[in-house]
Amino acid sequence: MRALSKPIFILTVLLTFVSPALAQDHNPYAGNPKIAKLGQFQFRLNCAFCHGLGARGGGRGPDLTRAHKRHGDSDVEMFNTISNGVPGTAMPANGTTGQGVGMTNEEIWQLITYLRSVEVKAPAKALGDAAHGKQLFYGEANCSGCHMVQGKGGRLGPNLTSVGGIRTPQYIADSVRNPSRRLAQGLLEATKEFSQEYETITVVTSDGKEIKGVALNEDSFSVQLMDTSEHIYTFEKDQLRSFSKSRTSMMPAYDSSFLSDKDLQDIVAYLLTVETK
Amino acid sequence: MRGLIQTRINLSITSVGLCGSRFSRLWHGSINRRSIPYCAAMLVLTFSASAQVTSTRLVNSAKEPQNWLTYSGDYSGHRFSSLDQINKDNVKSLVTKWVYQTGATGKFETTPLAVDGILYATGPDNRVFALDSRTGRPIWLYQRQLPSDIRPCCGRVNRGVAILGEKVFFGTLDAHVIALDAKTGTLIWDVPAVDYKLGYSFTVAPLAVKNLVILGVSGGEYGIRGFIDAYDADTGQRKWRFYTIPGPGEPGHETWEGDSWKIGGAPAWMTGTFDPATNQLFWPTGNPSPSNRGAGRAGDNLYSNSLLSLDPDSGKLNWSFQFTKHDEHDWDATQVPVMIDDGQKHLIAQANRNGFFYALDRGNHKLLFANPYAKITWSNSKDVEGRPVANQNAEPTAAGHSVCPGALGATNWMSPTFDSQTGLFYVTAREECDIFSTAPQPYEAGHAYYGSAYFPSDESEPYWGALRALDPLTGKIKWEFRHTSPSWSGTLSTAGGLVFTGDSEGNFIALDATSGKPLWHFQTGSAVYAAPMAFALDGKEYISIAAGSSLYAFALP
Repeated sequence: MRALSKPIFILTVLLTFVSPALAQDHNPYAGNPKIAKLGQFQFRLNCAFCHGLGARGGGRGPDLTRAHKRHGDSDVEMFNTISNGVPGTAMPANGTTGQGVGMTNEEIWQLITYLRSVEVKAPAKALGDAAHGKQLFYGEANCSGCHMVQGKGGRLGPNLTSVGGIRTPQYIADSVRNPSRRLAQGLLEATKEFSQEYETITVVTSDGKEIKGVALNEDSFSVQLMDTSEHIYTFEKDQLRSFSKSRTSMMPAYDSSFLSDKDLQDIVAYLLTVETK
Repeated sequence: MRGLIQTRINLSITSVGLCGSRFSRLWHGSINRRSIPYCAAMLVLTFSASAQVTSTRLVNSAKEPQNWLTYSGDYSGHRFSSLDQINKDNVKSLVTKWVYQTGATGKFETTPLAVDGILYATGPDNRVFALDSRTGRPIWLYQRQLPSDIRPCCGRVNRGVAILGEKVFFGTLDAHVIALDAKTGTLIWDVPAVDYKLGYSFTVAPLAVKNLVILGVSGGEYGIRGFIDAYDADTGQRKWRFYTIPGPGEPGHETWEGDSWKIGGAPAWMTGTFDPATNQLFWPTGNPSPSNRGAGRAGDNLYSNSLLSLDPDSGKLNWSFQFTKHDEHDWDATQVPVMIDDGQKHLIAQANRNGFFYALDRGNHKLLFANPYAKITWSNSKDVEGRPVANQNAEPTAAGHSVCPGALGATNWMSPTFDSQTGLFYVTAREECDIFSTAPQPYEAGHAYYGSAYFPSDESEPYWGALRALDPLTGKIKWEFRHTSPSWSGTLSTAGGLVFTGDSEGNFIALDATSGKPLWHFQTGSAVYAAPMAFALDGKEYISIAAGSSLYAFALP
């Protein structure tokens, strides 16, 4: 026991002295516009690749100008999210993408100062009727045939539980009208383990059966896909009679003759409400 | 000479009592009837002759194909193995013989060296290890104690060691150069090259030439002043330093605006090649800093993005060739420069990150041609020498606009290979375009210094990649094997008529070197960030690749 307790004691002492410098409970630069400018450099180097210039969201990364951040709104929570990444998502821990150089703690605080400076104070207001949107989602518009929200719905398309919190209403509406446009790209290799891009795969098996579905994963020699009945297929490509991949989404484009602007607004309102509940 | 080599070769054979038959068949094509008594005589000589890797052996490395003595396999940069036991017909039955796990996370970029039955390799966080190349069992492990405040660009990586005499050499992430005892891993000397706190580091595999250990520095993301160093292998004393950015009064200094030369980058983080016949050391250099902003460093910015020909004895510049002048797209020229001989033609060739394949005469250092091998949009004209010239509108803007190739290049540092049997040059090509934007950024010592951002647009084509086979005498593409996404894998060609490469989906792949047809693949479980190599032991050819945290060795069953 004695042998163990000494290092633990030293560790405790070390942490006591070191930890305030590592993770302060507030941003030492809060509100400083000069620091925000430095943070903008950090943002461009480290974050813009996914979150877009101006932090308004990119092909993969959420809009960060919204006051509500899915993984925590406080300075400390943001610091931790940036430092450690978000497990289970494409958000890597600071310095681990293998491309950028990573940030010091000081630079992370600069970055947070920048993000605060571009935050839109008034949260995105849901203009539509969320209750009606929910009816449409699970009813007439049949979004739930392929999309899940809070454990209810289909599995073919992306789970939309959190989409209201990380995407702008315009982005969501646009994705309904033009679903093929937003097929997210596989970005840096460091994020490749989260590679689902929802391309449409069509194969013809050796016995002549055609199967169409959404790509779950693919490499040069094999493909894994899900069809509209949520059946998962796996194939070796050289065993197939034909294989083709398209970036035209299997999701139908909901144009205004099928879904009015008002109904679309209601569905968006519903998705925004889900996240803020 | 031949007898001496035979002596070394037999080290592994004698140790397992297989002297003669299988081994001789592999190396001489038929059973050497004299091999058994010859071999018995070798027993006496074996151990005293082993492990000493002389500079003569490095020059003549082609004579001992069972070993892999330098980063690219030999001084020419071919990354070609004359082993042919694994061939087009039998590669389909290749199996994993062993796997060594480093226990490290991060990109595993090493190329092992193989010397008389032992493999020497490096892993993330400056691990260096020696393995029994028959079993993958470790013989020794060294790990550098690194300061907590290093911030190497692009991962805590290392690409390998050099060997000379009985020492292995490597450069550290905190910018030291280190010599270890090849037999024990014990530290012999440790020399700080430069202050890592300013953003300098070493990730390169050094090159041993004569009695020197030569390596170039990383740090083009921090506003360093790049250099190439040569150290006495015995003592660690620095024999010369060549600054890749000329100082005041030196030719080329005028290609930098004001004081920008002091923080102008031009790192040298890829292992060069060496031409013993003309005593030229070829070393490539990287981007000027800040990488994506040219304002403040007006001029060509010599010798960034260049091929340097240095005198290895003195470190003096013989000549240079700059691939991308005044670069604003981070298109380092840190690709292996490959020596190719065709009759009277003696070329030095490079598939450059900017998308062009360049062939130069290494005698008169004239550019012979530059042809694109991937999609490029940055240049549609050439100067009088035939060098591609940037279009007026190619530079990054504040809002950003799309340029091909993208920021990570049409290729990057992954090693190409040249196979003199097919006469083809194989390169991992990346098809990606990026939006390049720029913004002023103050220099702050030791802090990232890019002046930019890059990102794909919503509308851009998905990134993809391919292994391409080029005719190096024309730059024409002969075939390609398409990858699902851009690959970071290097390549290896062998006398078995094969090319080996990897992909970002984790496959390690063997292709027919003539047609590009895939003949075998193995799922390693991790994107490949290393280049393969080949060695032989006990009459068996092995192919090795690093991926994930594992070093794999494959052979026929």
